[in-house]
Amino acid sequence: MNEYTTAIVFGAVFGTLVRIMMLRTDYRQYPTYLHGKIIHISLGFIAASLGALAIPAILEEQYTAVTLLTVAATQFRDVRNMERNTLNEVDQYELVSRGKTYIEGIAISFESRNYLVIATSFITTLVYIIGGPVYSIVSFVICLILAKILMSGSTLKDIVDIEYHPLRFDGAGLYVDNIYIMNIGLKERQEEILKYGMGFILTPKDMNIVTTIANLGQRQAILHDISVALGVFRDSGTPALTPLIKRDLDDGRLGVFILPQVRDVDKAKEIIGAVPVLESAIRMPLKSKKHNKEVNSDEY
Amino acid sequence: MNIEKAILAIITTKKELVAGGAPIFICNNKNDLERIAANLEAITDGIAHALGEELYIIVKH
Repeated sequence: MNEYTTAIVFGAVFGTLVRIMMLRTDYRQYPTYLHGKIIHISLGFIAASLGALAIPAILEEQYTAVTLLTVAATQFRDVRNMERNTLNEVDQYELVSRGKTYIEGIAISFESRNYLVIATSFITTLVYIIGGPVYSIVSFVICLILAKILMSGSTLKDIVDIEYHPLRFDGAGLYVDNIYIMNIGLKERQEEILKYGMGFILTPKDMNIVTTIANLGQRQAILHDISVALGVFRDSGTPALTPLIKRDLDDGRLGVFILPQVRDVDKAKEIIGAVPVLESAIRMPLKSKKHNKEVNSDEY
Repeated sequence: MNIEKAILAIITTKKELVAGGAPIFICNNKNDLERIAANLEAITDGIAHALGEELYIIVKH
């Protein structure tokens, strides 16, 4: 035991606690219960220990020890790879796949959460050494709140209006409102679809969102989340019963066609609203200088 | 080049409408047409698309 032992223990414990609190398993069941969780809690503990060690190393003038953090960075890039590989493998056997963009989003957040853990244990250890245990606990709470804010991105309900529209057939063409979804030839399939299907229109709230929700990965994420939460009326070898999202080219609205097992309009709206906006789908055309120049020159 | 979509079969009641590459099934009436299309859809894991009242195709997506 030396003067830093308790500080390091504090940092490591707080860091791990932050990781546990960021590790939520909801209806999407990911990370998978128990084994998946154990992996991430252990990695979180490793991250926390690394973060906690950095400050005492600096105080003892062991500057080279800080290079250990680079090892951490490599380690957690591997976490991202691991997540990506597992999810890609599993995705082939999903009735409605997650899609690569969603998988990438999940993998990125797993990596970044480990860095939040390192930051937390780094800060709490530092505060412990400077101010003692009480301040350390206070800094832990602040870190936890910051981590919660940093890890929660926006969801679809923040950026689009969701409206229910019954499905209709025009000849063999399936439509949601005026958006063409696909051609279904057989009468019995059409009846099935009218009976079990539901249609929603997502209207973007501004120009940025038009491009964001047009992203194919974002659309697949919507379909995946709905079919996980509400079930899906399909099986392998029934490609006609595939939930689809098509876009209105005129105004960028999305026509969502789903085949849920639970046909509850309000629930479906809620689930669509809770779909995360994927980081890699977000585009901000309104922030481009060129665009703004044109807009302004129109005005003046 | 990878061909992602392909017409697996053509089902029709009007022989003169069709010719060419994919297997063609000629049916006597609308009922036959629907039945064969439904069967082929299930067998080939494709989708039966209607191009008109008398002409269906099965497409692998």
